[in-house]
Amino acid sequence: MGDPNNDAQGMTIVCWSGEIDKVWPQFILATTGAAYGMDVTMFCTFWGLFTLKRPEVKVTGDNWMTKMLGMMNNQRLSHLNFAGAGPAMMRSIAAKHKVAPPEELLETARELGVKLAPCQMTMDLMGLSREDLIDGIEEPLGAAAAMSAMQRSQINLFI
Amino acid sequence: MLEVAKTLDASGLACPMPVVRTRQAIDQIGSGEVLEVISTDRGSLQDIPAWAAATGHALIATDEQDGTYRFRIQKG
Repeated sequence: MGDPNNDAQGMTIVCWSGEIDKVWPQFILATTGAAYGMDVTMFCTFWGLFTLKRPEVKVTGDNWMTKMLGMMNNQRLSHLNFAGAGPAMMRSIAAKHKVAPPEELLETARELGVKLAPCQMTMDLMGLSREDLIDGIEEPLGAAAAMSAMQRSQINLFI
Repeated sequence: MLEVAKTLDASGLACPMPVVRTRQAIDQIGSGEVLEVISTDRGSLQDIPAWAAATGHALIATDEQDGTYRFRIQKG
């Protein structure tokens, strides 16, 4: 990393949503930031954490609230809604226009060295451990570590 | 005319991939060498020059023909 004109520039995206119409811009901007030579961190919190969950892992929960969260979100990206139109339609239109699917963008983000950081507090809420998350990501962070990343960044986004 | 050290065919790719793949391709050539990028994404007309300017590379040629764009970028 490091281009002559923007050495040490940083970008932090607080990835809060797990809906496909938000996950797309999270990854589009993250990969573009990395293409600019920026040090990019995606802090995946609340519904955004589901992007980092292994698809086969279910959120079971140990009380009615975590069980409900699991019911709401025990789904792959493809099952999430897009303005009521349905993710299948969104994906079909995107494929027609040759837009890379989120899974490919996630892979590209990892290739480019984008730091994917899960939120520890959300993991606790959902009853997820490090083993329930995909490989090649950062150690879980809290709000303070995310704040430090944001302090080092010129571009901070909440999506 | 500077010789092209590497050609990237990004035809058929949509935003942000032409720029992302351009970044990956330019990492594989040396400073002063020229990368040629072929794209069919109309957004590339704005994106490639913006990216080159921000990352310290020189866009030395742009060509458009029948919806295909060709850029020559000299690595900074």
